[in-house]
Amino acid sequence: MPMSNPGNRVTQGQFSFLPDLTDEQIKAQLKYAIDNGWAVNLEYTDDPHPRNTYWEMYGMPMFDLKDPAGILMEVNECRKTFPNMYIRVTAFDATHGWEAPRMSYIVNRPSSEPGFNLVRTELHGRNQGYSIVSYATDKPEGERP
Amino acid sequence: MVKGSETVTGKDRYKSGVMEYRKMGYWEPDYEPKATDVISLFRITPQDGVDPIEAAAAVAGESSTATWTVVWTDRLTACDKYRAKAYRVDPVPNAEGQYFAYIAYDLDLFEPGSIANLTASIIGNVFGFKPLKALRLEDMRFPVAYVKGFQGPATGIVVERERLDKFGRPLLGATVKPKLGLSGRNYGRVVYEALKGGLDFTKDDENINSQPFMHWRDRFLYCMEAVNKAQAATGEIKGTYLNVTAGTMEEMYKRAEFAKELGSTIIMIDLVIGYTAIQSMALWARQNDMILHLHRAGHGTYTRQKSHGISFRVIAKWMRLAGVDHIHAGTVVGKLEGDPAMTQGWYDILREEYVPTNLQNGVFFDQDWASLNKCMPVASGGIHAGQMHQLIDHLGEDVVLQFGGGTIGHPDGIAAGAIANRVALEVMIQARNEGRDYVNEGPEILQEAAKWCSPLKSALSIWKDVTFDYESTDTSDFAPTATPSN
Repeated sequence: MPMSNPGNRVTQGQFSFLPDLTDEQIKAQLKYAIDNGWAVNLEYTDDPHPRNTYWEMYGMPMFDLKDPAGILMEVNECRKTFPNMYIRVTAFDATHGWEAPRMSYIVNRPSSEPGFNLVRTELHGRNQGYSIVSYATDKPEGERP
Repeated sequence: MVKGSETVTGKDRYKSGVMEYRKMGYWEPDYEPKATDVISLFRITPQDGVDPIEAAAAVAGESSTATWTVVWTDRLTACDKYRAKAYRVDPVPNAEGQYFAYIAYDLDLFEPGSIANLTASIIGNVFGFKPLKALRLEDMRFPVAYVKGFQGPATGIVVERERLDKFGRPLLGATVKPKLGLSGRNYGRVVYEALKGGLDFTKDDENINSQPFMHWRDRFLYCMEAVNKAQAATGEIKGTYLNVTAGTMEEMYKRAEFAKELGSTIIMIDLVIGYTAIQSMALWARQNDMILHLHRAGHGTYTRQKSHGISFRVIAKWMRLAGVDHIHAGTVVGKLEGDPAMTQGWYDILREEYVPTNLQNGVFFDQDWASLNKCMPVASGGIHAGQMHQLIDHLGEDVVLQFGGGTIGHPDGIAAGAIANRVALEVMIQARNEGRDYVNEGPEILQEAAKWCSPLKSALSIWKDVTFDYESTDTSDFAPTATPSN
């Protein structure tokens, strides 16, 4: 059973509705971040829950790396290390008034995306309590692929 | 149009009877506004035979301390300080009989943190003043000290993006249509399809409150079922602006509490609830981690005509102070009023930390927002996927693009409409970031994507000829020529 959204995939990030970005396309986006003075960071997870804010950091944000090709090498190292994880590129803007991410897009996905279970709890009246549970985290962390 | 001060001083100033405003101290051409003054710019159209300086002085007087005759009780006060001072009157370019009048107000004339108090002074009495044919409040400058008296946007653009986990692209929304008549169950269907298809937000319309065909609790329950289902289907945070506008504050708080209990990320109010109610809801939203959307219902009654009323740029400033997170601020290319230069001015006022004077964009003063949160403009009304390059060019990336008809009217269904809009958006942001000339190549970029995205192909073909190319009524007085709407 695929995910019920039309693309059958988690749609977080800036480019999830496009065909997977090629290395050249990723490099162009990295260049845009660098040209804006933003620091690029790589993060990975096996739990794409929409409220899972803190994916694992693949090293530190690359504050001093100004070469898109160099960052792309890091992206590919990360993919090699975690081929079956979600990997996203985040670009941080340190200027006053922002001090927050300015870009975020997924560059790697697991081969199958099992999606989420919507768990309903009957509350008072017609109210429902909703929980979203990642199928990917059904197994204990140590036993996941 | 500088003439020296004619202010009468000493004993003669307080002789009983009527005295011209310009002689009472409300016209001070040598006055240099202090950094702590509130400044207003009015467009005044005096009645035939009324001197523009006397008219400007009258506006200054009637929006501060004056009454129609001299009163001795002025002498019990520091009246020189409390008198608003018209200090500059310029003829409006290419508009005979109209004048720009600059008026400075001492900070002590205003209660901190109250739009109601500010507006009771600035627009309280003067708009009905007989010696004027027409009067328009064009712009205001707020000193940092005054700005700091306000909470500002409950959430702000930065935190809204962090909370929604959406960066680097405009947000996408749609207003549920038809705006009246759907049952709660049918209404939620539209919300689910649009969000699952790829939109970030759906929206109640301004007049969806609690009518016989759908009471508010029903709408909230079905909408939140739809939002949660769409979140589970996509793994993305989704929202629907639940309109809590009601007849009383008590009822609005009740509806807002219910929205919070159901886990909504966002609620909505209409401008017609009034300034004080808006400030109250902004406090509530800050207190309850809620994004606050404002629909500018009713503003067209007083913002659109250049000769009389209040410019939308002033409303935008008041609303950023009052503390809303979203405000409808024009599309340029859509069906509602919005000259490109004027719209740029409004967007800057809402989003920038410091807005410099820019007469072509209708911005008459430097405005320092003193780190008050940024307010997200919303572009809604007659826009569609085929305009994506123009929308991003005119409006930038910190904006909610709302495609109501452009989503729900899609021939292949609502989800297909949402996909078309999201693909058009992502492909255009990608092209912009890659350094392509996306404004000129926009139609080709969309056609390339339509090759692999059939919903986009349908959208582009059905709406390809839709434009709303009418001349704007609210245009800059300083642009070389009036600008067309696309």
